Amino acid sequence: MADSPMNAATLTGAERLVQAMEAQGVEYIFGLSGGAAMPIFDALVDSNIKLILTRHEQGASHMADGYARATGRPGVVLVTSGPGATNTVTGLLTGLMDSVPMIVLTGQTPTPNLGKDAFQEADVTGITYPVVKHSYLVTDVEDVPRVVSEAFYLATTGRPGPVLIDLPKDVTSAVCSAPDPGEPDIPGYVVPGRADEAILKDAAERIAKSKRPVLYVGHGAVISGAGEVVAELSEKLQAPVVNTLLGKGAVDETSSRHLGMLGMHGTAYANKAVMNCDLIMAIGARWDDRITGKVSEFCTDATRIHIDIDPAEFNKTVKTHVQLLGDAKLVVEDLLPLVNRLDSAEWLAQCDAWRTEFPLKYPDGGGLRAQHVLDRLNAVTQGRALVTTDVGQHQMWAAQFCLTRANRMWLSSGGAGTMGYGFPAAIGAQFARPDTEVWAVVGDGGFQMTLSELATAAIHKLPVKTLIINNNYLGMVRQWQELFFDNRLSGVDLEGNPDFVKLAEAYGVKGFRIDKPEDVDSVLEEASAYRDGPCVVEAEVVKEDNVFPMIPAGAPLSDMLIERPTEKMEKPEGST
Amino acid sequence: MSSAAAAQAGMDNDIHTFSLVARDKPGVLVRIALVFARRGFNIESLAVSPGATGGFARMTITSRGDPETLEQIIKQLDKLVDVVFVTDHSDDDALEEEVALIKVRCDGEERKRALALAEQRGGMLSDDTDGRAILCIHGTSAAIDALLSDLAALAVEEVVRSGKIVIDRGASPFAHLVGHRA
Repeated sequence: MADSPMNAATLTGAERLVQAMEAQGVEYIFGLSGGAAMPIFDALVDSNIKLILTRHEQGASHMADGYARATGRPGVVLVTSGPGATNTVTGLLTGLMDSVPMIVLTGQTPTPNLGKDAFQEADVTGITYPVVKHSYLVTDVEDVPRVVSEAFYLATTGRPGPVLIDLPKDVTSAVCSAPDPGEPDIPGYVVPGRADEAILKDAAERIAKSKRPVLYVGHGAVISGAGEVVAELSEKLQAPVVNTLLGKGAVDETSSRHLGMLGMHGTAYANKAVMNCDLIMAIGARWDDRITGKVSEFCTDATRIHIDIDPAEFNKTVKTHVQLLGDAKLVVEDLLPLVNRLDSAEWLAQCDAWRTEFPLKYPDGGGLRAQHVLDRLNAVTQGRALVTTDVGQHQMWAAQFCLTRANRMWLSSGGAGTMGYGFPAAIGAQFARPDTEVWAVVGDGGFQMTLSELATAAIHKLPVKTLIINNNYLGMVRQWQELFFDNRLSGVDLEGNPDFVKLAEAYGVKGFRIDKPEDVDSVLEEASAYRDGPCVVEAEVVKEDNVFPMIPAGAPLSDMLIERPTEKMEKPEGST
Repeated sequence: MSSAAAAQAGMDNDIHTFSLVARDKPGVLVRIALVFARRGFNIESLAVSPGATGGFARMTITSRGDPETLEQIIKQLDKLVDVVFVTDHSDDDALEEEVALIKVRCDGEERKRALALAEQRGGMLSDDTDGRAILCIHGTSAAIDALLSDLAALAVEEVVRSGKIVIDRGASPFAHLVGHRA
């Protein structure tokens, strides 16, 4: 109490919670109220933290996620107990899989009622153990300041992730007289920083022998802000760069040695580079199954180096020769002075030849093509737009055609593959960065999972733009059914879709429609210039288009399909 | 075959013994158990007690599975914020001990035989009520397994085992992590 005499037995747990969040620099809380959380909502009335009332708790969780990915600062969610809390589970999974710093505050039934099946009671810490980095059930009001301090520290350091704090109503209502906490003291938690010198030297020696190197850049590089030093490394080594879906933007995708995205729907030239390299260095990437395909045939003859801040990622799927534990930016910084230009001119020429021989392409004509719309979105916005996506075909096409120029300008649910993510994430990103042009690229399926947040965007007059790639199908599943299940379509036809323009208008949101190829540029330009509030652009595209290139799940990269196969395909070995 | 299926089939699966030092608070055991459960691994034995340092619990866990998944399990256990230290004892000669209470329904010659078998393995009679002898044995888990096997022909009604507990010989490998002792 000596630290803060003001707090001496005058503030409630809820007030101390809000005060602690103000001290953490929280600008926005995304949430939805309810009985058990009322003391916290009440405390927010007197705070300068802005409360964004959403229409569903899932929306709130993705908004906080979008806010966090767009800024690097933690996104905060506040919901009530029971169903309010369980509705954030998908948001927690999404954030955990993609290492997003989030704080999720859940109201809880008063402590004497815990475990008695009280109204709106759910075992929220129990339900969420597998989808949080860490969590707290606070049963003593005196723990509130320490728990908040630890939660923010855990969410934002090391490999970031969501931290949940479950707050019983009697705890938030009680007077808290605990002093402000000091630095977090968490004995089981170590934050790696710089890599071991001897291991760096080992990496440098192996790199020096390479003639065909590839830098494989993931979300860890985005999170640590390693892009500049990775670009420097690429320049110094003369090594090409490929990135994962979530690594987009760490290094400018339009830069000369950048080969775009690798993996299942990556560019053919990125995958060919990975197949033929003699050294691959993962920089904040985790050799996900969407990247490696069949692990036993992945880069078997290449030297494999792995930079990661999470030691549990080492040798989890792909076995590596060198493991550099640390923050991606610091590790690459320390590696730079140890390496020299490689004799890779022939290799770079080969990569460029593949780029010319196997470009991304799509049919010209035959109706409005999603790829065309996204290609033009890229042209119209010229890289100045922050793009979020949902999950499915539109996501992969957007990843291929919307080239990301800068860090934190591409937000997509990678690990979890959460449909319904894109639109609320864009809202969160737009709150975080009001002067940035924000586009949510969504499909007709995913958009309908969280479209009630149109109201949230509308009342705040957010200039967020939503491009609906509408093929009236759950298109990615339809594509798999076509290719691997004899085109036996099952559960993919979205018959009954609304008129999305009219739907937007019902919320007071501006609606645009693209129905023919000639209109693409003019409508996108008009939507891009529209700043009076949110707008929705519906592009009703060819129904049965497929995403290529494609590596069937669990197949080696060499099985990559550049275009639609003419023969019947075997069912893929990979599970999904 | 998946590693989980392989584990169930008991293929190439040696038993592994882990020591953990974890924060002593609600929910910690659930977090630890989930690391095993989500990979389809069974915890065969588990012993939990307060450690030498206040606020920390000491656990010994045994599980069986393919070495690669068990290595991942160790890393994931170590990643838990509440877990301060974890180690696999499979390749060291740490001191291990387990206690078992074995209730055998017996009288006359069978009772004599049960007691003799227990004594041969270092066990003793702890109770004798209603025609049931309770034998107590402490020793290695292998010694307890051996006694149970010896007693197989008799009417063993109940067996309670404490689960293996393990401690490193010599200096503690984790003393620096939790103050002076754990």
